Amino acid sequence: MSTLTEAPPPLAPAAPEKKPPRRRGRLTPYWLLLPGILWLVVFFALPMIYQASTSVQTGSLEEGYKVTWHFATYWDALSEYWPQFLRSVAYAASATVLCLLLGYPLAYLIAFRAGRWRNLIMILVIAPFFTSFLIRTLAWKTILADGGPVVGALNTLHVLDVTSWLGWTAGDRVLATPLAVVCGLTYNFLPFMILPLYTSLERIDGRLHEAAGDLYARPFTTFRKVTFPLSMPGVVSGTLLTFIPATGDYVNASLLGSADTGMIGNVIQSQFLRVLDYPTAAALSFILMAAILAMVTVYIRKSGTEDLV
Amino acid sequence: MEQYEPDRLSPAQVAAMRRSFRNGRAALTRRSLLRASAGGALAVGGLGALSACGIPAAGKTEGGTSAEDHSAKEKEVNFSNWTEYMDVDDSGKRHPTLEAFTKRTGIKVKYTEDINDNNEFFGKIQPQLAAGQDTGRDIVVLTDWLAARLIRLGWVQKLDPSNLPHAFANLSQQFRSPDWDPGRAYSYPWQGISTVIAYNKKALDGIEVTSVSDLLDNPKLKGRVGFLTEMRDSIGMTLLDMGKDPGRFSDDDYDAAIARLQKAVDSGQIRRFTGNDYTSDLTKGDFAACLAWAGDVVQLKADSPDVDFLIPDSGYITSSDSMLIPNKARHKENAERLIDYYYEPGPAAELAAYINYVCPVEGVRAELAKIDEDAANNPLIIPDKAMQAQSHAFRSLSSKEETAYEEKFAKLTGA
Repeated sequence: MSTLTEAPPPLAPAAPEKKPPRRRGRLTPYWLLLPGILWLVVFFALPMIYQASTSVQTGSLEEGYKVTWHFATYWDALSEYWPQFLRSVAYAASATVLCLLLGYPLAYLIAFRAGRWRNLIMILVIAPFFTSFLIRTLAWKTILADGGPVVGALNTLHVLDVTSWLGWTAGDRVLATPLAVVCGLTYNFLPFMILPLYTSLERIDGRLHEAAGDLYARPFTTFRKVTFPLSMPGVVSGTLLTFIPATGDYVNASLLGSADTGMIGNVIQSQFLRVLDYPTAAALSFILMAAILAMVTVYIRKSGTEDLV
Repeated sequence: MEQYEPDRLSPAQVAAMRRSFRNGRAALTRRSLLRASAGGALAVGGLGALSACGIPAAGKTEGGTSAEDHSAKEKEVNFSNWTEYMDVDDSGKRHPTLEAFTKRTGIKVKYTEDINDNNEFFGKIQPQLAAGQDTGRDIVVLTDWLAARLIRLGWVQKLDPSNLPHAFANLSQQFRSPDWDPGRAYSYPWQGISTVIAYNKKALDGIEVTSVSDLLDNPKLKGRVGFLTEMRDSIGMTLLDMGKDPGRFSDDDYDAAIARLQKAVDSGQIRRFTGNDYTSDLTKGDFAACLAWAGDVVQLKADSPDVDFLIPDSGYITSSDSMLIPNKARHKENAERLIDYYYEPGPAAELAAYINYVCPVEGVRAELAKIDEDAANNPLIIPDKAMQAQSHAFRSLSSKEETAYEEKFAKLTGA
């Protein structure tokens, strides 16, 4: 699609369109839409309304909950839990940047250089999805175990001294630190970055590279001026697909993190299930949604790409 | 996608295609996405339907708490329990004690292991119970504090003592009258749980641990200590260590215990708060010492010889998982017969020999000795006098206290 918009083949002016002969079945599109709309109403719109209502209720389990339009819950929740909000955004942003740095070269390799290995590498990227999210996260506890080879090597190379100084790790361990949480997030969401990047890169016409070469562009200039701009739609959708779920994630923080790495997802979960403060949990969910929507809006506006796929 | 092969398409077709990608309804552009999300937000925000929702008050369920008892007609009972909390035979698929019950009474037991976490399970059944509906379960097994909450909310049925002769006679003394269910009108313990200190000998490497204070203060254990996400276990053990009685403490005592733990969190002494997953941290040696449930430790010891446990001089916390019959359960009498069955020494011993938790049934020792001599002499399964003297239960909390305490504890654990 990018190629079409950026470098369209020469075209004759559009010929006048003919009216389709049959006008029967005008309602067909709407009938076809019905299952999707029903799905959205039942599983998206209704829960949203219910959630919005819960967020402005007050009460307790004994007395029941009533809508009292108690909007102060929002302010209280935000002033109480802003550190977890900031932390979620920081962790998710770090994981997204890491995903981009790791995923772009890999997607580039699969799209342009892999040749007959392309399918195999694609399968390797997707294969972790065949096991459960939890199992994959728990595997990191073994990989990063205190006495394990990874931590041993990092200690020998004094890498952990640097990361400790930066506050990413604590002492001579990696588990139960911010670094472990970000690693877990990066690993779990990496395929969501690679797949859109690959789709975007794969569409780029190889002849454009040749043309750039013919115009004496060095490989790096070709990348900077041709490949990367054309892959922007993939970069944008990849970062969105990574950043949005990573911000709300609570599994990585609870399994790989510690008491000082709690993310907003952990707070929502504990408010809902443990403290039983349903209004605060609902309000936090809405604040999170609003915050993500705002950040994504700014990001898409600034990213300078029209297409998202 | 191939490059559209323009020569095979008419110019008009190509133009139409271009239009559809760039401007058509199918085009997914940033503008359409922004517009759609703004529209969605407006649609939600503008709805006045919000006030129609609400959660009814507990106990005000229509039509009372009990349903018509179908026990006589439907010879079945639905039993929801925790995972690995029932004896299994060598094939791992059948439960001998349940099968013996069915053989004797003709009542089929639908046994489901669908309880993994008290809080999650409460989240699951709360909507049905609040709305006064049948949960589809006749017996649920829940930890004391949640059992207490359900009783407080009026969401469980009073048991009929005439169906529970063995249970009434054989319930051991230490479980007889908890302050949240005096005389056991609503609940009977399934198994008792002891919260103790577990440690990994190899990871400790000669460091001496004898008390909760050691866990919280010994700098050599920094970052290698685990506490439990169960508020009552972590706070209870800390209160004991501070010389307070978890059965009778004040708000100030609670805050002092939180402050003591907070200090250990801030200094990095406590590595993290865990649920059941402490077992892997402990066997790997990432935890040198942690709070643990004794039943787990008995099983862990069998697999990893480095793991052991100790009971601090200040005492330990006991709690239990209790069987309850939720409102509107269809087979109340069958459920009561099943509860009573597990208070006969025979089945109780068979169960205790398999799952290694504290057996709440008096007079089980002789039966257990026939199956497993060691288990019968293990104070973790049948507590002796000394063990019983050291055990302390966490007092029940009012609804207000529960919310306030859980909130403070959640903050301590970082959420």
